[in-house]
Amino acid sequence: MVDNNQLLRFTTAGSVDDGKSTLIGRLLYDSKSIFEDQLAAVESTSKKKGHDNIDLAMFTDGLKEEREQGITIDVAYRYFTTPKRKFIIADTPGHIQYTRNMITGASTANAAIILVDARHGVIEQTKRHSFIASLLQIPHLIVCINKMDLVNYDESVYDNIVDQYENLSSKLVIQDITYIPISALHGDNVVNRSENMEWYKGAALLYTLETLHISNDLNKIDARFPVQTVLRPQREGFIDYRGYAGRIASGVFRKGDSVVALPSGFTSKIKSINTYDQEFDEAYVPMSVSITLEDDIDISRGDMIVRTNNRPETSQEFDVMLCWMSSKASQPRAKYTVCHTENSQKAMIKNVLYKVDINTYDRIKDQETFEMNDIGRVTIRTTKPLMIDSYGTNRTTGSIILIDDNTNETVAAGMIV
Amino acid sequence: MSKYYLNYLDELESEAIYILREVYAQFQNPVILFSGGKDSILVTHLAKKAFYPSKIPFPLMHVDTGHNFPETIQFRDDLIKELGAQLIVGSVQESIDTGRVAEEKGKNATRNALQITTLLDAIESNKIDCAIGGGRRDEEKARAKERFFSHRDDFGQWDPKNQRPELWNLLNGKHFEGEHFRAFPISNWTEMDVWNYIKREDIKIPSLYLAHQREVVWRSDTWIPVSEHLKLEENEKIETKRIRFRTLGDITITGGIESEADTLEKIAVEVAAMRMTERGNRSDDKRSETAMEDRKKQGYF
Repeated sequence: MVDNNQLLRFTTAGSVDDGKSTLIGRLLYDSKSIFEDQLAAVESTSKKKGHDNIDLAMFTDGLKEEREQGITIDVAYRYFTTPKRKFIIADTPGHIQYTRNMITGASTANAAIILVDARHGVIEQTKRHSFIASLLQIPHLIVCINKMDLVNYDESVYDNIVDQYENLSSKLVIQDITYIPISALHGDNVVNRSENMEWYKGAALLYTLETLHISNDLNKIDARFPVQTVLRPQREGFIDYRGYAGRIASGVFRKGDSVVALPSGFTSKIKSINTYDQEFDEAYVPMSVSITLEDDIDISRGDMIVRTNNRPETSQEFDVMLCWMSSKASQPRAKYTVCHTENSQKAMIKNVLYKVDINTYDRIKDQETFEMNDIGRVTIRTTKPLMIDSYGTNRTTGSIILIDDNTNETVAAGMIV
Repeated sequence: MSKYYLNYLDELESEAIYILREVYAQFQNPVILFSGGKDSILVTHLAKKAFYPSKIPFPLMHVDTGHNFPETIQFRDDLIKELGAQLIVGSVQESIDTGRVAEEKGKNATRNALQITTLLDAIESNKIDCAIGGGRRDEEKARAKERFFSHRDDFGQWDPKNQRPELWNLLNGKHFEGEHFRAFPISNWTEMDVWNYIKREDIKIPSLYLAHQREVVWRSDTWIPVSEHLKLEENEKIETKRIRFRTLGDITITGGIESEADTLEKIAVEVAAMRMTERGNRSDDKRSETAMEDRKKQGYF
């Protein structure tokens, strides 16, 4: 039985050609996370298609259309557990027309695996995936140089690609990079260390995933509690109970802390923190709790409880890095609903500062509209102030989505600069 | 190791509570879809935690195929009483009697697909705008594509190729009149996680999940329980075996496995060593490679 072990979410972006599905299939297969009936189904389909060996990639295929076309269209989630950790894989498509799905998968990830084909080195797609990992500020990046079997497990090929990648990453914001030479097809350095690459002194991929230091991935400094709803039970024993329910977005809250409710500015002290019948002296990100205060002050959904001496910025106009996710292009000065923590209100894109070519990282000026998968910097103006932090310091209070009121679709995601 | 981190079960619990509270805040008239199975029992338990000391602010809705394990119905009624919750029942038998659907014919006829009509009718007549389910992404490949907040059009249909992107923990439940949402708070839980949590929290579950003596028939590679609804085929014979069920559904299609696991501890050990998926014993999923995807598109759970 595993106890006290952590949950690690990672994303893999890539297309069929660079062996992403094979890698995930290999991880699941070698860590014994594939069940016999799944194996039997894949074996029978592999045989029907005329493959000699079982096609590991088929373990990750989902929808009918994806299997027919042999591509990933949408994010699919996979799960496996080792004695050390529980893993959630967000398996995302790698082609440029699916950039929005890659961003979706990356938004909650602790780590990203970037696959590089050893025969081709760093290519446009590598640059694109790396840009997205950097944009979403995924804390850990693992660059897997795949298909080493096709270059005779040659160390100099690996060294050369590491040099290329170091050069590329100097233009990006990436905190932690690990390089691993692998062959997903044959299993070298995936779960088990390779016997074909004695020159590689590092760990295999699974061990790396099991031991990444992720405790500091969440912001434990700035205490932020966005209120989801107010609990007023009105029943015996709880007549005066007024609990603010929510999930701690960052930081640590303690009983007795002096806090302020934003945007009202009323101050009070924390009286109790609890979940169900459990009471806590302190609670931290990402716990879902109910908080009661010493004073009866007016707080409702969308408000934020923070410590009096550490407050977010309260602003109606701010810049974001925006990724457009709808097939309907943005309109200059059009109005949208912006969602930020538990708040939603009307907003507009006031100004487009530039768009980014995600293959070359060049900035493109004088742009007015965003098309599907476009990424760029814009100024957003909202009707009422939001309590914001920069995405770089706080993923939860630094992120927004835009909704088109005509369709109710989520049309864009933004990271506050 | 930093002091402030959650273990994975606490993190999953916290995520599920967040989603349940978000349903409450964003929708007018949500229900919990309650089948009497362990996943919907788990969701109900999490809802109890999410809103304490308030009562669960949603009714429970049961889509009743009429082919039930008697133990499930007893369990349901006891739980409703304990929670002081409201129960809504959508009856497949009623849908058949009123001519909304017709019984399937043929050897492997079941009422599984008929539930879709009953479910959608119940959603419409009770003006439900969000049905909370215990679906998990690890169960099945079509379910692996589900969002936490999953949109259904005014025909109750799912369009898996055109789903709203779901980023960070920003959930978009906006919808037009007549449309509804399905919400899946335990999307990220695996079967193992569910059992570990049930054990940790000591959650009451129907005795069917524990190993017991039962009269069964070997059919489609699994032990189908003998009931008033079961018609014996030629060559089939009734045997008494010590079995337990990994999932609970329609009694005519839910197969049991031979097992000695009669406590939660033993189940957790057994599941950890399991080499077949839990839905491997469900003939509703074996009909074709895309059986679940096809049903889900029409409005299935």
